[in-house]
Amino acid sequence: MGQEALLEIEKIDVFHGSFQALWDITVEVRKEEMLALIGANTAGKSTLLDTISGLLHPARGKIRFNGQDITQMEPHRIVDLGITQIPEGRRIFPEMTVLANLMIGSYPRRARANSEKNLKTVYQLFPKLKERKSQIAKTLSGGEQQMLVIGRGLMSEPRLMLIDEMSLGLAPIVVNEIFKTLKTIRESGITILFVEQNVRKSIQESDRAYILENGKVALCGTSAELCEEERVKKAYFGI
Amino acid sequence: MGGDLVTPLVMGILLGGLYALIALGLSMVFGVMRLINLAHGDLVILGSYLSYSLLKYLGMDPILSLVITIPILFGLGFLIQQYLMRRAFAISSEAPLIIAFGIALIIQNSVQIQFSPLQVGISTAYSMASFNIGSMQFPVSYLLDFLVALIVMLAFREFLKRTYLGRAITAASQDKKAAQLMGINTGLIYGLAFAIAMISAAIAGTFLGMTFPFTPTSGTQFLIIAFGVVIIGGLGSLLGTFIGGLILGLVQTFSGYFLGSAAQMLFVFLTVLVVLAIRPQGLFGK
Repeated sequence: MGQEALLEIEKIDVFHGSFQALWDITVEVRKEEMLALIGANTAGKSTLLDTISGLLHPARGKIRFNGQDITQMEPHRIVDLGITQIPEGRRIFPEMTVLANLMIGSYPRRARANSEKNLKTVYQLFPKLKERKSQIAKTLSGGEQQMLVIGRGLMSEPRLMLIDEMSLGLAPIVVNEIFKTLKTIRESGITILFVEQNVRKSIQESDRAYILENGKVALCGTSAELCEEERVKKAYFGI
Repeated sequence: MGGDLVTPLVMGILLGGLYALIALGLSMVFGVMRLINLAHGDLVILGSYLSYSLLKYLGMDPILSLVITIPILFGLGFLIQQYLMRRAFAISSEAPLIIAFGIALIIQNSVQIQFSPLQVGISTAYSMASFNIGSMQFPVSYLLDFLVALIVMLAFREFLKRTYLGRAITAASQDKKAAQLMGINTGLIYGLAFAIAMISAAIAGTFLGMTFPFTPTSGTQFLIIAFGVVIIGGLGSLLGTFIGGLILGLVQTFSGYFLGSAAQMLFVFLTVLVVLAIRPQGLFGK
């Protein structure tokens, strides 16, 4: 795992209408790392992910991916470049089958040629999805739906995967299982940025983390560094 | 005409096919974009007048004329969505309805200026012919309507299920944000969906024109029937639209058979009201 930057977010301000959600955010995502974005509900984590994905555009600042300026790019072009977001809330296509959901994942032209191969890979990572491939997506359990949206994201051959609040509403056993699979995914060369409210879990599972508070970066560092931080200990571990 | 129920049965099914074909475009646009296209009936009738003109001035067979009318309505649909409806949606959720209403008026009046308010029809040798089942006679045009409706419905279903574009349209209709995050250009997709719905409107217009006489204001009457079909069959289901059409056709012919032609449309609308009261999402609605 190198120190080379894959995604550079530089001093961005993001607004929802006239309400400012992010202030002067600078974040660096390095190649092949597992990066956590931690913070409470209103911290602005989802806003940041939506901005990276192009659903929102910053009023100030720049975003660069592999050196290329993507600040004002349309969402579908950002997916084409290799950034795929797994949004919060397990947003499956409810009326389509598991297989149909996965196949939508290979919609970007670049990913279509390898769709059969990628499907095999997804089935290997998540055998339950293979079992249930003809089932209508809305009938799957919460954990299975989460696996489905991650699998669907993988079908687009991302270089960077953004995962928003994956563990909400899932049992700890299921969450652990999915994090194990994320490790395998990372080992295949994909960089992962995940967003979580659970601080302990996030620091445990990541190489580095950023902590957001009220739309600003409060802290950043490796897991070891953060565990030593007084503020982290006090605020989140109750020490 | 004593206990001969086969006639209203066959006529009802065949007529229902035409109703389904007309309603298909309305159903699809609502299913994908949640837009109630009040101009739909008039766009269908525009298709009828286009076919009629090509026959009258160029002697072109109506079915052949689809080669011209389909691209015209496809392009028109794309332009309407991209340059009118998209902006209307950004303003408010009612604005698209008003725009659609405006388009309907523009079409009706333009057609009236060009063609006069008199009734016209598309007549060919085969559209006036009839065929026999046993000792009973049925119009060939009705049979064509049904077959074409069936083919178009099956073709649309295959398109939506098996092609990348079709699946993208389906996905965008179920979760727009998730579709965008999958790399689907929803801005373009909605335009294509509307354009594809207009393909069915062009086909419906031609076959409608061969089955019934029409005037510039016929669009309204068929919009209302299309509404009824979509309410009964359920919004967002192509199969539901087809079945809804059949049900409406059968209600019309059977009530005409038992109670006289004045009762036909009354019972059609009573059926729509009953479905709205008991199962508002329609038989196959989601």
